[in-house]
Amino acid sequence: MKKLTVTVALMLTCGLGWAQTKNEEEPSYEARQLKVEEVNIVSSYYHQEGNNSAVTGGIGTEKLTDYANSFDLVLSKLDRKNRQHTFTADFNIDYYTSASSDKIDPLTISSASKSDVHVYPSLSWRVRNPRTRTTMGIGYSFSTEYDYTSNGFTAQWAKNSVDNNRELSLRASIFLDTWQAILPAELRPSNYGSGAENDRVRVDEKPRNSYNLAVSLSQVVNKRLHLMVIAEPSFQQGLLSTPYHRVYFTDGSLTTERLPGTRLKLPIGVRANYFYGDRMIVRAFYRFYADDWRMVAHTANLEVPVKITPFLSVSPFYRFHTQTAVQYFRAYGQHNPTLLYHTSDYDIGAITTHFVGAGVRIAPPGGIMGLRHWNSLELRYGHYVRSTGMTANILTLLVKVK
Amino acid sequence: MKMNTKRFLYGLSLLIVALSLPGCASVKEYQKSRINDSEMELAGRKAEKFETSFYLYREGASGANGGKSSGGCGCN
Repeated sequence: MKKLTVTVALMLTCGLGWAQTKNEEEPSYEARQLKVEEVNIVSSYYHQEGNNSAVTGGIGTEKLTDYANSFDLVLSKLDRKNRQHTFTADFNIDYYTSASSDKIDPLTISSASKSDVHVYPSLSWRVRNPRTRTTMGIGYSFSTEYDYTSNGFTAQWAKNSVDNNRELSLRASIFLDTWQAILPAELRPSNYGSGAENDRVRVDEKPRNSYNLAVSLSQVVNKRLHLMVIAEPSFQQGLLSTPYHRVYFTDGSLTTERLPGTRLKLPIGVRANYFYGDRMIVRAFYRFYADDWRMVAHTANLEVPVKITPFLSVSPFYRFHTQTAVQYFRAYGQHNPTLLYHTSDYDIGAITTHFVGAGVRIAPPGGIMGLRHWNSLELRYGHYVRSTGMTANILTLLVKVK
Repeated sequence: MKMNTKRFLYGLSLLIVALSLPGCASVKEYQKSRINDSEMELAGRKAEKFETSFYLYREGASGANGGKSSGGCGCN
């Protein structure tokens, strides 16, 4: 680990050791009033099928459908010192139905979160100073579901080299979450609520906090190649298990999922984009991940946008992911009752996944259907297969107005 | 973490440094028509937003991919 620290320090030194030449970025005159940079509207439909639900102890339906919509607005203005201020407002809303959530309380007609609406808006403000080549920003995000609330705070700082070929960026985030510990019907103590809307009996509230630090260094290598390396260590503490996940022991007894109260994660990613010839771009991504629950994972993604015309591109993509199970994972009925921690959640089990699909993007110079501000339209479809037999399909539509 | 994991991380870091060093040769703004193409953007793309979310829910590994890495339940 010491060697790794030295290497990261070397990279940062390289990143900061920029030539002190004349600043060429001083803008001349630009309008200072607030203007709309862009508006993005994203809609997606996601559906999955599988038979390893953690709610029923690692067996049972994982059927889930999610309709997600996002609207973001980006505004900018220059101040008197020629600093550029960028304001982003992002509003997201998901509606999902989950067959496994319906099994939390099979005795009732409808359980606590059989279907739910997930709302998560965010606001951010960023200032770029061309004289010092630094960007600073702060952000706030909120997320609410039936049994879960999250407040997120972000601060970021970035510095560019004089020639704009290199950027070092730091982003620190804190998420302060609270959730109701809804238990499976048969495991509720007496005088403990179901969490259902019409049930006024108490349900415990538990915290889950996450602290992230993302450090990235990007580099324009030549006229066609752009690289970035990013490390994002993260520490979580609080209730990290899901209380309504069931676990079945070898002796046939039943309890709820139990996991340690802390988790330290270390993902390191490398992104490389290469413009091949005049029409093809290769977008490659690789991530190594390890955590102190003994999960090790590798993720690779390759996307190749091909410009059929200057205004129409087709982007086939393929993503591969493999991970080892956390040390507390066992399948249905295989847990040792003497052990402290246990889960049958296949999301943190040993899995290999493949995600394949394609996107089509249209961005005519005069705008879509002649509407000048309707900058582009993108449609993407992807098919996801997990080694456990779970499959999913996702369809996404993006409308960009500029 | 195991020893081979540490070696892997060390090797990966060295590779990245080696790849970055030629970048010290400056590319001028007028030479960046390809680098500035919208498809060459290094940040996560808007159209991938919900794909990144479902990876976060369906897989145990997260972070370092430009997406949100925490906050929200994702337990369904």
